[in-house]
Amino acid sequence: MATVFKKPEALTDAPLHYCPGCTHGIIHRLVAEAIDELGIRGRTIGVASVGCSVFTYNYFNCDMVQAAHGRAPAVATGVKRSDPDKNIVFTYQGDGDLAAIGTAETVHSAARGENITVIFVNNAIYGMTGGQMAPTTLPGQVTQTSPYGRDVKTVGYPVKVCEMLSQVDGATYLERVAVNNVKNIRAAKAAIKKAFQNQIEGKGFSLIEVLSTCPTNWGMTPEKSLNWLEENMLPYYPLGVYKDKYAESEVK
Amino acid sequence: MTTQILIAGFGGQGILFSGKFLAYEGLLEDKEVSWLPSYGPEMRGGTASCSVIISDTKIGSPIVNDPDVLVAMNLPSLDKYENTTVSGGKIFVDSSLVARKVEKSDVEAYYIPATSLASENNLPGLANMIMLGYMIKKTGVIPYESFERALSKVVPARKIEMLGANKKALELGYNYAE
Amino acid sequence: MAEKVLMKGNEAIAEAAIMAGCRHYFGYPITPQTEVAAYMSKRMPKIDGVFLQAESEIAAINMVIGVAATGKRVMTSSSSPGISLKSEGISYLAGCDLPALVVNVQRGGPGLGGIQPSQADYFQATRGAGHGDFHLLVLAPSSVQEMVDLVFKGFDLAEKYRMPVMLLSDGTMGQMMEPVSLEAGKINEHDKSWALTGTNCERKPNIVNSLCLQAEELERLNVERYARYKLVEENEVMYEEYLMDDAEVCIVAFGVAARVSQNAIDKAREMGIKVGMIRPITLWPFPKKVLNAAADKVKAFVSVELSMGQMVEDVELAIRCKKPVLTCTRVGGMIPSTEEVLNKIIEANGGAN
Repeated sequence: MATVFKKPEALTDAPLHYCPGCTHGIIHRLVAEAIDELGIRGRTIGVASVGCSVFTYNYFNCDMVQAAHGRAPAVATGVKRSDPDKNIVFTYQGDGDLAAIGTAETVHSAARGENITVIFVNNAIYGMTGGQMAPTTLPGQVTQTSPYGRDVKTVGYPVKVCEMLSQVDGATYLERVAVNNVKNIRAAKAAIKKAFQNQIEGKGFSLIEVLSTCPTNWGMTPEKSLNWLEENMLPYYPLGVYKDKYAESEVK
Repeated sequence: MTTQILIAGFGGQGILFSGKFLAYEGLLEDKEVSWLPSYGPEMRGGTASCSVIISDTKIGSPIVNDPDVLVAMNLPSLDKYENTTVSGGKIFVDSSLVARKVEKSDVEAYYIPATSLASENNLPGLANMIMLGYMIKKTGVIPYESFERALSKVVPARKIEMLGANKKALELGYNYAE
Repeated sequence: MAEKVLMKGNEAIAEAAIMAGCRHYFGYPITPQTEVAAYMSKRMPKIDGVFLQAESEIAAINMVIGVAATGKRVMTSSSSPGISLKSEGISYLAGCDLPALVVNVQRGGPGLGGIQPSQADYFQATRGAGHGDFHLLVLAPSSVQEMVDLVFKGFDLAEKYRMPVMLLSDGTMGQMMEPVSLEAGKINEHDKSWALTGTNCERKPNIVNSLCLQAEELERLNVERYARYKLVEENEVMYEEYLMDDAEVCIVAFGVAARVSQNAIDKAREMGIKVGMIRPITLWPFPKKVLNAAADKVKAFVSVELSMGQMVEDVELAIRCKKPVLTCTRVGGMIPSTEEVLNKIIEANGGAN
């Protein structure tokens, strides 16, 4: 019998703990598929962060280390520099982790051109702690700690990570993708795979920002969440390649 | 026998370097030695200082509070440390920079115009080593013969051309006749 | 024996680490430990090692975690305020059971404090620099040669017990030069089967982690870790005695305070006062047994510290308050003078003989 669909080797058999309708599962699968297709599982070391993605060390079928909140890029720097020719290192971080408490580690690992792959899941909210305002929460968006909607006059504006890092010379590849429909998921897969391929080729720092949903904390059905992402997040966080150092140099 | 030496002056006079030379001299003579600089932005009214201890026995505190030998390369240093020098100690003064005499009566005071001698003999920045040569002659804390060995340890390879000038400065001080 | 060279404490720490096989150093500039980083930045590129100046102390300690997780020898160094910033990472090192060497060249605090020498991070070092139940193995050198020896020892103990080790120094020890003999000691091999080296698709993944949401399981992990700490307490206590055979007064001091105390003891002995010293080399584990035994012989103790009196609590605990413990303390970057220590000895002795 021909196998037409199977679980990637780079995922363990552990059942995911994510809420029904959460898109973390899709993103896990895309990362695992990329690892499988590139044949790098045996030398890949992942860095889990703090937040909903804290348990990724149970899900990826490779060596894993769990980092303190926001520090994953620094831990990844250590792992990578321990054996730069062999180790393929990725971090998997949410928006609170990467764009609030870990902003310095994010910016400086990019500035150093650290040869790592960062998977950045942006769902505009703190999921694990129960739906507080994130650095990427949209203006006017209601959360547990912005009950009247995010008021930019008092708490300021969301951080646009790809746009910000596109100004950092050390960054190699920055792309924002989404997992709200099949077309976008296919594009996300290609971007994630390229981010790993870049590392294999020693091209430096790659970050893929994945717009994701949080039905539980957004207070919506999974289907409505996908629509909300499309109607609200896509206009504020446009998809696309924000930097591709090597493509630019080819054009020139 | 333990000799506690305090070298003090302005930052930039080569205080720490001359102390390091002295400590290396002691080391090469198989003595116990320690060297401790004042560090960071200097807080003591414009003086930089360096504690050097040369001993036949294991050294306790590396901090020289009551020097047996004080090398004062400016007035603030003499003002600050003159009275901490032990009774029967020796104080060396760069008389080209310090106009006054040592007032403490129970010490031996020595004067040498080290800064003037340095400029007269085309040895810029080496008043420190002239002072030291003179101090070594008058204290006998380390033998004259090992000058060159210690110098070759403390003058960095990239400044090897300074070796001769340092030696000349030490000899100038050593042979200085009041 | 290798030829003796004159070296600053901070540089000796760095060279000793390299000789002990450390090829990864992460740091951030802070006085008075900057020479460690400067030395590493010169040497590491020449021996195919890694020197990286991190964007913060926090990043530096997390880079340390990354290398430690792969099973390699790694070090960071800082001074007091920087160690506070590293505390989160130190707790993670302990929680992940990772070996690493953390050097603290102490300066005066609290807050930004000053840059002159201090021992006021004693509590921070011995009570666990960070949250949760854990210990650092704390080594306190009192000479440049001992810095070298303890760096070697520190890496070995860290790997043997899978725990972070702190070398607790101070501005004086870091800045002073003394003759040292740099000899490459034997590097012991310890089990590294837990290290993240990539599975090569041949084994189950290794996971380095401090998270455990099941209370019973987390309790078990803590209890197991403390069983290891007990072995450390039984086997790794280090101290040095000075003139204790007939002593009636016992000084307790470490680092530069022990050096000053030696001078004071020599002067007191000239006056006929029978005084000696127990110098802890490991601050955790603390040399409780020898102090407790001394308490049956001496009439009083004097704890000499560059703090408002922190180690004194461990002395009192160790001797079960059997005898009075006086303190001789200076803070803020000041160091007790020989005379100050001598006066305390006389006081503890009940007057000059």
